[in-house]
Amino acid sequence: MLGDAITRFLHVFSGIMWIGLLYYFNFVNVDAMKLATAAGEQGPISKYVVPRALFFFRWAAVATWLLGAGLLATEQAGPGGLNPFLAAFGLQGPLAPIGIGAWLGTIMIINVWGPIWQNQKKILGIVPATDEQKARARRVAFLASRVNTMLSIPMLWFMVTGPHQSIYH
Amino acid sequence: MKNPLDSLWGTVVCGVLLTVVFYFAAVALVGHGVS
Repeated sequence: MLGDAITRFLHVFSGIMWIGLLYYFNFVNVDAMKLATAAGEQGPISKYVVPRALFFFRWAAVATWLLGAGLLATEQAGPGGLNPFLAAFGLQGPLAPIGIGAWLGTIMIINVWGPIWQNQKKILGIVPATDEQKARARRVAFLASRVNTMLSIPMLWFMVTGPHQSIYH
Repeated sequence: MKNPLDSLWGTVVCGVLLTVVFYFAAVALVGHGVS
């Protein structure tokens, strides 16, 4: 029981860090970088802020997903005694709402470690890239980040309301 | 047509609309579940 509470707390804690940093990038950093670049002052942000923010962003996503998967696995069994993790991802009966949230979170973490991180490595110079490749990487990483911001809204809705079945009857 | 994801508020509006669509999908899924 205490273990479940601690897992739930850590899931929410890491989730706030993940989505909080996603919102930092989208609500603050995109426009701040445009202004800083126009003023020729983008260097310190790229060098000192973005790599640190991306580190916590990526690993908070992993922690959130793993802790959430652990919580799902210990839910009450799904319809017909189905494993609750499988029932949620199979969108079965009462576990369908949290399952939709889990699917959205899964798509988002794939986006974090795939398009966002792989392209950020080119933008930040962690892997070599030409100016043309960097420009393309900027556009792909930006759109992937915006997709995650869009998906975070229904994801949060279903994470928060999933356990409250009366909303869905 | 302009990509709504290029605008921050376009992104938020798309997210809210998706939430509404998924909500009705969830209502249908919960209603059709075997228990």
